[in-house]
Amino acid sequence: MQVLVLAAVLGAMAWLVGNVQSNLERQNINSGFGFLSERAGFGINQTLIAYTEDDSFGRVLAVGLLNTLLVSALGIFFATLLGFSLGVARLSRNWLISKIAMVYIEIFRNVPLLLQIMFWYFGVLRNLPSPRQAVSIGDAIFMSNRGFVVLWLEASAGAFWYGLAALGLVIGGIWLRRRAANAQITTGQATRVWRPLLGLAVALFGGAALMAGVPFALDVPHLKGFNFRGGLTVIPEFVALLLALSLYTAAFIAEIVRAGINSVSKGQREASAALGLPESVALRLVVIPQALRVIIPPLTSQYLNLTKNSSLAVAIAYPDIVSVLAGTTLSQVGQALEIIFITMMIYLSLSLLTSWAMNRYNQRMAFVGNNT
Amino acid sequence: MQMLRKLSAGLLLLAVASFASTPAAEAAGQTLEIVKKRGHLKCGVSQGLPGFSTPDNRGNWTGIDVDFCKAVAAAIFNDADKVKFTPLSAKERFTAIQSGEVDIIARNTTWSMHRDTALGVDFPVVNYYDGQGFMVRADLGVRSARDLDGATLCTNQGTTTELNAADYFRSNGMQYEIVAFEKADESVAAYNSGRCDAYTTDHSALYAQKLKLSDPKAHIVLPEVISKEPLGPLVRQGDAAWNDLVRWTHYATVAAEEFGVTSKNISEMKSSSNPSIRRLMGQDGSFGDNLGLSKQWAVHIIRAVGNYGEIFERNVGVKTPLGIKRGVNALWTKGGLQYAPPIR
Ligand SMILES: N[C@@H](CCC(=O)N[C@@H](CS)C(=O)NCC(=O)O)C(=O)O
Repeated sequence: MQVLVLAAVLGAMAWLVGNVQSNLERQNINSGFGFLSERAGFGINQTLIAYTEDDSFGRVLAVGLLNTLLVSALGIFFATLLGFSLGVARLSRNWLISKIAMVYIEIFRNVPLLLQIMFWYFGVLRNLPSPRQAVSIGDAIFMSNRGFVVLWLEASAGAFWYGLAALGLVIGGIWLRRRAANAQITTGQATRVWRPLLGLAVALFGGAALMAGVPFALDVPHLKGFNFRGGLTVIPEFVALLLALSLYTAAFIAEIVRAGINSVSKGQREASAALGLPESVALRLVVIPQALRVIIPPLTSQYLNLTKNSSLAVAIAYPDIVSVLAGTTLSQVGQALEIIFITMMIYLSLSLLTSWAMNRYNQRMAFVGNNT
Repeated sequence: MQMLRKLSAGLLLLAVASFASTPAAEAAGQTLEIVKKRGHLKCGVSQGLPGFSTPDNRGNWTGIDVDFCKAVAAAIFNDADKVKFTPLSAKERFTAIQSGEVDIIARNTTWSMHRDTALGVDFPVVNYYDGQGFMVRADLGVRSARDLDGATLCTNQGTTTELNAADYFRSNGMQYEIVAFEKADESVAAYNSGRCDAYTTDHSALYAQKLKLSDPKAHIVLPEVISKEPLGPLVRQGDAAWNDLVRWTHYATVAAEEFGVTSKNISEMKSSSNPSIRRLMGQDGSFGDNLGLSKQWAVHIIRAVGNYGEIFERNVGVKTPLGIKRGVNALWTKGGLQYAPPIR
């Protein structure tokens, strides 16, 4: 039976695809995905990988996707950080702190996101001065209406040894923590790991320094002609979008965190207090781990929302995937069907991937929770 | 909103393309019939470009492109108001015409080979010859586009503009950064607030957008013309009769100017003895019938919107805020490019 249904669905899809193709042909509209290897011919002002006008539309896709991932990942990070703090603050016994959190949540949750993006972009960042009058912080950061230009490091070949040292430190750190945790289980003694860790760090980076010397050159921003050259430029479109996405989503996360904490029974807190745990420790080790079971599913959907909302980028010319692919590429190539299809598939994959990762995390949390 | 709109146009296109007997497929050869039956023309215009297509403070659309669609409506219905205008951003326009959302687009759109041959659309005629240029703040000290090395440019997505800018800077070995907005108003606002050193688009649109700046006098248009931008209406490919109708609507206004026929003297001109004018007026021949229209088709057009010179002067000419000279858009008899094949 299922096989039959599947066959019918596949058959119908094949028929549709064939029909689409012949109809597009009849209308003399190009079809297929061949355009992905053609020369794009337009510039993009934020590219995480090398890109010039000579590159293909396929590369445009990659550039746009990376820009989407960058703003989404950072947005999720900041929204989570701020959201958890606000959620805890909302439950604070301090009247003022709790009210401030409440006012924040109500404002940012209830103003439409697009307006907030426009506000940061056209309302706040446009008031910055021109590059020639840029506000500088210690000659390392220059703020102007062209964005933030930051003193940056240019890695040379020797940076490899430092990368190796960092990797070693991470592995060493994990190993040290494991050992300390095992020791605590067997002996009941809590040991601190930061002393050996510090020693390890000095040894590793000292070794790298001996091997490679100073592996970085300073890339100093300087005014030349119209704008700054050198340094790392963070465009205002990115800043506005990241701010708006993080601040908006944080308000929702705060409410989710509050509900999660409230769902943990009072007895747990009282028991922690009876054991003499300070409140902050009780929150961190007892309450939040249990609250997470309630928090994670709605938190996941906030992460998905944030990623999808990042497509509002197009309003302020941040070159995300919707802007450069479903926008510029679509109108330069004219193949709406293929390009909208690719765009939908990309968002679908991102959503499924995020859900999958969060589900894994949730399963682990649920397991730990049941054991306590 | 925009995403939704694009998505729905895309889905409409998908639906149209998916099922065999579809409105757009049937429309081949019958756009005129469908428009007549519907009772009005559906015309895609810009989202607001003074002089070309922009709603006035009472919400009525005006401009050279708006008059183009009004002329087509007048030719069909003898009523220039039987048009519904759909504002479209640069990147929405081709999907809108492909999917049958509109019958015609008159939206300062450049006729390029790729668009003509790969998008399933046709460009019947050029109603405004243009070229791309740059606008900068006067106090920037830039007097030529060659001085723009390292500049940041504001412009619109999905235009020939962003491609030409890339070509121009690369071929002159100059660096640039481009900030491409979906909506023209946002790119103008960003330029106005100093996000960019220069605003780039078609010269005509530079004059139009300049009017939207907080201090228009503080900005200058640089002399260079870096591209050819023949702007004209476009229709779906495959309906040659509709293509003819649109093309000859424009030529009727150009011919009228050439023969001195205006919206004011049109009644007297009906009794002209000049054979060219008699054919234009429908006194001799069956030119209207061959287009599927009435004999008086050109009279209806000229009475409603005037001849090409009148349309130009009323919307973008030297007496308007845009203050554009005829230049290459003068009649061929005056050294320009506007030239109508003979009506005979
Ligand atoms: N002629 C060029 C540019 C056309 C274009 O869309 N320009 C923008 C910038 S002036 C515009 O007209 N926007 C008006 C609007 O829709 O608001 C093309 O066909 O690609």
